Amino acid sequence: MSVSVRIPTILRTYTNGVAEVSGEGATLREVLQKLDADYPGIGGRILDETGKIRRFVNVYVGEEDVRFAEGLDTSTPDGAQISVIPAVAGG
Amino acid sequence: MAHTNAPGSSTTTSSEFGPATGLSCRECGTVYDLGPIFACAECFGPLEVTYDFGDVRREDIESGPTNIWRYRSLLPVPPDVAAKPNLQPGWTKLVKADRLAAELGLRSLHIKDDSGNPTHSFKDRVVAIALEAARTFGFHTLSCSSTGNLAGAVGAAAARAGLDSCVFIPADLEAAKVTMASAYGGRLVGIQGTYDEVNRFCSELIGDELGEKWGFVNVNLRPYYAEGSKTLAYEIAEQLGWRLPDQIVIPVASGSQLTKVDKGFRELIRLGLVEDRPYRIFGAQAEGCSPVSRAYKAGHDVVQPVRPDTIAKSLAIGNPADGPYVLDIARRTGGAVEDVDDHEVVEAIRLLARTEGVFAETAGGVTVGVLRKLAREGRLDPDAETVVLNTGDGLKTLDAIAEQARPAAVIRPSLDAFRTAFAN
Repeated sequence: MSVSVRIPTILRTYTNGVAEVSGEGATLREVLQKLDADYPGIGGRILDETGKIRRFVNVYVGEEDVRFAEGLDTSTPDGAQISVIPAVAGG
Repeated sequence: MAHTNAPGSSTTTSSEFGPATGLSCRECGTVYDLGPIFACAECFGPLEVTYDFGDVRREDIESGPTNIWRYRSLLPVPPDVAAKPNLQPGWTKLVKADRLAAELGLRSLHIKDDSGNPTHSFKDRVVAIALEAARTFGFHTLSCSSTGNLAGAVGAAAARAGLDSCVFIPADLEAAKVTMASAYGGRLVGIQGTYDEVNRFCSELIGDELGEKWGFVNVNLRPYYAEGSKTLAYEIAEQLGWRLPDQIVIPVASGSQLTKVDKGFRELIRLGLVEDRPYRIFGAQAEGCSPVSRAYKAGHDVVQPVRPDTIAKSLAIGNPADGPYVLDIARRTGGAVEDVDDHEVVEAIRLLARTEGVFAETAGGVTVGVLRKLAREGRLDPDAETVVLNTGDGLKTLDAIAEQARPAAVIRPSLDAFRTAFAN
């Protein structure tokens, strides 16, 4: 599935400053694997050493926080917008 | 590992930030120059201000102004901060609450009543620090995501300082908060969604050209902003006669306030300004938005986000940024995180008003409600010095108790009518 991925400012060093990139995959896990193939190293910023989403990263597929859905197994339909956002905001 | 900030972002010398020396990731320890950044580039962890305090004496503090700037030598602000246009918040009353203590079976209880701040909530403290950072970094627009109190505090602070403001709130907030926040002349934008959705929106806005030149007090200025809550700890200790309380109950929304009160207490100990003695920190949440309390009770060290449903809208953050640190602190200090339902919140608002003449907003009801619950269940030491925070003014959340707080009677202006109405 073809999707778009919004990149937070602190990870744009991996995407040459680009804020939104195209991606591919049927699940969030696949999308992040492809993203890391396209922009080597970026996956390790989003996922920890055990392969889980880092605790201070929020990932959304469309409007849905994937922690309310299936986490990395959340499906990513064609045209979905994925957002990676630092969690340490607000309050 | 040490980082300098990305090209194009502002950096500054530490003298503009008083004793502050840099930023450090709370998770992995990576250090950064002082700048308008908030998340670690290595692990996304929160950045904390680090300091070199030097020698700080009680006498110097005591001779300072009667607002938070008496603690400027402990904050990331310039030495002349007190002379700049800001709301000069803080030095709110520490109310000796003997009547409430008697009802709860406690020997000594104080209420730190932050409804006495310029915009009637503790948010003036944090915004004052963020405002100074915004000035130093050259931002002309102050912004935030808000559950209500912060919107008013940012609007007012920006007005005083002559900055523009654009603040974002969930569209369904209490009318008083919306009205107050819009009165200060900045842009107030209602978002159709929960606070967490507003927060997400702001986090995306800051990465867009629309918002990248703005100072978001609780996003790119958050490391500075959050330090403002340390002043609650400093004031409580000073007002108790340079002593730490034995136990304290603090509301938990993002969890930032609780973690910074703990940081403030530890700094006072390290500087020798108070005796090093144990204290216990308790967090308070509303049952309808209790992700941290749930995690505490389940023994988890991570917080599963929830969708909020509570009258305590100022605490309705379902995905609390500092939740894991609240868990750490409650466990380290021998405290706890507890919650009460909305009915108990209203009861607690009325209890506090009836016993102490302090009219709290719903967040204060949550905190006093949890205090009461902990006392009833024997989880507080009844002989220990206890402090509870009231972080906002009941006039902002009138709807929460309006149905139960009506005139006892409406009568004609005659003695007979009064006698008839109150014959018994």
